[in-house]
Amino acid sequence: MSVLDWASAVLVVVGAALGAVGGLGLVRLPDVFARMHAATKAPTMGLVLVVLAAALQVADAADLGLLALVVMLQFLTAPVGAHLIGRAAYDAGGLLSEDTVLDELAEADDA
Amino acid sequence: MIVATNVAFGLLTVGLALALVRLLRGPSIADRVVATDLFLTFLVMGAGVLSVRSGEGAYLEVMLVVAVVGFLGTAMVARFIERRGA
Repeated sequence: MSVLDWASAVLVVVGAALGAVGGLGLVRLPDVFARMHAATKAPTMGLVLVVLAAALQVADAADLGLLALVVMLQFLTAPVGAHLIGRAAYDAGGLLSEDTVLDELAEADDA
Repeated sequence: MIVATNVAFGLLTVGLALALVRLLRGPSIADRVVATDLFLTFLVMGAGVLSVRSGEGAYLEVMLVVAVVGFLGTAMVARFIERRGA
């Protein structure tokens, strides 16, 4: 195995591990807002690492463009999607964990 | 490379199982959508791991399409929750 192969082997394992951490957070965290935080941050980073590993292995320049597109798309859609779900879930009400200590949005709505 | 991609597939399988647990347990629609979103992210990552394993670019289009479709689904269900509640 060459240096590039070793690099992409490490990247692919670390990326998948970050994804698994996201899955763990999805099960362990108390409410939907905390869960979407776990489900978007770590797996996005994991996807970037996996894409980097793939970029080291594919030879074609067109494939590199596609990989860059995948990363850009993930960076654009993961926060937007989580924001849409978060806003809709907050407006639906009753989904905040009982352990929540601060709800600034409710205070802002009262004012 | 085979070993590394096997380990990565194992980790992705663990993540998929955890996302599936949240998908089945809910309790709200929003939880299920977040779980589905993560599920699709794992599929995208799996396609990436496949292309690392084989060195072929044929799986990259799959990554792109699954990412787009996943976002569209999330946005649609968010609209649904806004109208009907979670």
